[in-house]
This record gives sequence, structure tokens and C-alpha cells, in this order.
Amino acid sequence: MYLARVTGRLVASVRYPGLEGVALQWIQPVDEAGEPMGAQLVACAAIRCGPGDLVQFVDGREAALACPETFVPVDAAVVGFVEEAASHAGVLRQRGLERGAR
Amino acid sequence: MFLGQVVGTVVAPVTIPILEGQTLLLVRPVTPDGSPTGRTRVAIDRAQAGVGDRVLVLDEGNGGRQIFGDPMGAVKTIVVGVVDYVETDAGRVYDAASPTPR
Repeated sequence: MYLARVTGRLVASVRYPGLEGVALQWIQPVDEAGEPMGAQLVACAAIRCGPGDLVQFVDGREAALACPETFVPVDAAVVGFVEEAASHAGVLRQRGLERGAR
Repeated sequence: MFLGQVVGTVVAPVTIPILEGQTLLLVRPVTPDGSPTGRTRVAIDRAQAGVGDRVLVLDEGNGGRQIFGDPMGAVKTIVVGVVDYVETDAGRVYDAASPTPR
């Protein structure tokens, strides 16, 4: 799993069977300091989330297992809404990063 | 499995059911001598690890589902051990009994 910031949402009305009704979000993986880590990607939302939210996502086969229908072609899914992620770099919250909090 | 350094903690109050109540840690992959390598991950703690520990991390779903005893669990990144020391042909490059400051 990785930390990510939701940057937008995506609508696709034609989908593989089993993916109907699954929300799709644009996410930007981030590191412990909140800095972008790698390219943005599209993830299925297994929990409610929206642009600006700090979340965690799982990639690979496990992403499909987090979806309502588990045998679907999905390789990333948002599985948690993160309240805070604390590290040596500071405390990453829903709104930005508070540095020097630890 | 990979070698990681626990750099922080994650609090996620809203998650998919299998992640509820699990301790989540921020883990940065490291080389045997402790240099960062790869992307920081969010890992489920199954080894009572804490910030500053050098850990062994499973990043594969089937082993994770065995640990959780759930054949359809969307779990992937799991801390499965706390490392005491690492020896390479260069000798003992990490020893938890005499850690170098981060």
C-alpha cells in the first residue's frame, strides 16, 4: 500500500462488466513528506473519497479484491481514508503537512 | 520480501473492513546498509514493530491472505519481522543493538 492524494475524479460510462457503479479517482502517490512519488494514476474507490483527500491505496491483484465484484480488471484501489501520517518529515494531514510537529 | 526502515505511523479511521483495527506503519525500503531505496509504503504491522525499527516486509498478496486467514482479503504490504542484524560480505552492516542515528 502507498499514501496518495486524490487529485480528481474520472467518469467512464462504458466499462468492463462488474465495474458498474465503482467510483474512479485520479490519485497522486506521495511520500512521507507529502511530495509526489511517481506518476498519477486512476484507482477504484473502495471507500468514499474525493479530490484533496489523503488516502492509502493498494496496487496489483489485491486492488480487485477490494472492489464489490472481485474478479475485475483493476490494478489500483483506494482502501483507506488517512487522518494523519506522522514521520520524521512531520505530520501529513488531510490538509497539507505540518513540519516539525515531532 | 524486502528490508525496510519504519519511518512513521499512519492513522486511517475509514478503511475497507479487513484493515479495520490494524496498525499501519510508514516503511521506507532500504539497502542492507540502510540507504533509502524505492518508494515509501504503508504496511500492516504483524510483528509489533515501531518507528526506527529495521523490518522485514512482505509485499505480495497471497502470503498476506494466509496471514489474515482470508482467501479474498485485499492485503498486500505487511511487516512480518523485526531485524536483529544484517550481515553481508562486508561484515555486519546493521545491528539493532547498536543502531546508527537516523
